[in-house]
Amino acid sequence: MVGTRKGAFVLTSDGKREDWKVDGPHFAGWEMYHLKGSLADPNRIYASQTSGWFGQIIQRSDDGGKTWFQPGLAPGEPTTGPDGMPKGESNKFAYDVSPETGKPLTTHMWYDGTQHPWEFKRVWHLEPSLTDPNHVYAGVEDAALFESRDGGQNWKELPALRGHESGPRWQPGAGGMCLHTVLLDPKNPQRIFIAISAAGAFRTDDGGKSWKPINRGLRSQYIPDPNAEVGHCVHHIAMHPARPNVLFMQKHWDIMRSDDAGDSWREVSGNLPTDFGFPIDIHAHEPDTIYVVPIKSDSEHFPLDGKLRVYRSRSGGNEWEELMNGLPQKDCYVNVLRDAMAVDSLDSCGIYFGTTGGQVYCSPDAGNSWKPIVRDLPAVLSVEVQTLK
Amino acid sequence: MIRVVLPHHLRTLARVGDEVQLDLNGSATIRSVLDALEQKYPMLQGTIRDHGTFKRRPMVRFFVCGEDLSLESPDTPLPEAIVAGREPFFIMGAIAGG
Repeated sequence: MVGTRKGAFVLTSDGKREDWKVDGPHFAGWEMYHLKGSLADPNRIYASQTSGWFGQIIQRSDDGGKTWFQPGLAPGEPTTGPDGMPKGESNKFAYDVSPETGKPLTTHMWYDGTQHPWEFKRVWHLEPSLTDPNHVYAGVEDAALFESRDGGQNWKELPALRGHESGPRWQPGAGGMCLHTVLLDPKNPQRIFIAISAAGAFRTDDGGKSWKPINRGLRSQYIPDPNAEVGHCVHHIAMHPARPNVLFMQKHWDIMRSDDAGDSWREVSGNLPTDFGFPIDIHAHEPDTIYVVPIKSDSEHFPLDGKLRVYRSRSGGNEWEELMNGLPQKDCYVNVLRDAMAVDSLDSCGIYFGTTGGQVYCSPDAGNSWKPIVRDLPAVLSVEVQTLK
Repeated sequence: MIRVVLPHHLRTLARVGDEVQLDLNGSATIRSVLDALEQKYPMLQGTIRDHGTFKRRPMVRFFVCGEDLSLESPDTPLPEAIVAGREPFFIMGAIAGG
């Protein structure tokens, strides 16, 4: 499932992953930040549809992406309830500022160091619960975490995160102040990891009632205190479900690893030619095999020397090998965004990523060889994979 | 009967054609037209004005009888030609970008 700047596409293949059917565009002309299916019910897919003109829409499919609707407004259903009130609440993301449930925090730090009101802009990431298809989390800009327990119809903020005492010190990154990563611990339903640009990573161990920053060991030269508790521009975090205490992070610069659920981090950039980048992901069956796409720098968002290369470490970091078989090795100046890499769970693990140039690449052999599935989509914002058996 | 012309993306969202028709209870103002529109097509809530503040989204504009009413008070009465359905109430996405 591919989200792009101008619509969503569903790419389908059999286990060989050689021949692909391209279905779309869905929601043509809209920015599709993220689409993700439920592990508990693969036919249930959530999608974030957004526009600088018309705001945020949540779409849902209950048939694996064949048809879509706004939750609460199934096709053919009356659009109002028995009391005559409209039912279309699914695109309503209202920050919780009530004293009963959260702290009435109303400002965060702006680029110039002044305080700025929180303003909802869009949903960056949708993370369905591991067990309940109707339960789904949304990471939004300006940074906050919302959840829906009724299939995406009504959304409620988990206000303790934004109410953390460090909230007034959170600051937008270049792409806005977005909560872009939501990781659910499969062994501990009370534990959730999130990451915000540019505040850093946070963890809850009580289902969202309280949060702690987990940024010890991160070092960012571009902020006043390089070792600060918050303020780090975390780009993405990956977790293998078999080993949820081990986290891998692509920071603005630096690849980081934690073996204690984020309590401490150490750098594992090793021999990478540049450790700037956005996505990071993990092999489905080898928890120490990780993938990144090195990008030249934060001012030049394209691969080094015009050569598109994925790097793989089979040792949990530090030692990296370049993977370029089938990828363009000259004149390639695309970027790969943070949610635009995914893996499947077939025996020979497939790796996928999409580029800002509209290509979606697939490697059916864990990165050894690559082929484009499509070459000319709009700029790719996100890639997610469902392995259907 | 009020006629409302929506921008392309809101037509596809509401699954309607070029123009929708609304019946108002009471006076015709920008606010009452938007209230009736969202009542009939709740999927449009939040797309034209903010959910909480009901402020017009910055890149959405309102035109009636060749005039831009975007910056007028939401309680501004609409012209008789709109009330009578001779002219439509236009909701437009601002042209932006290069």
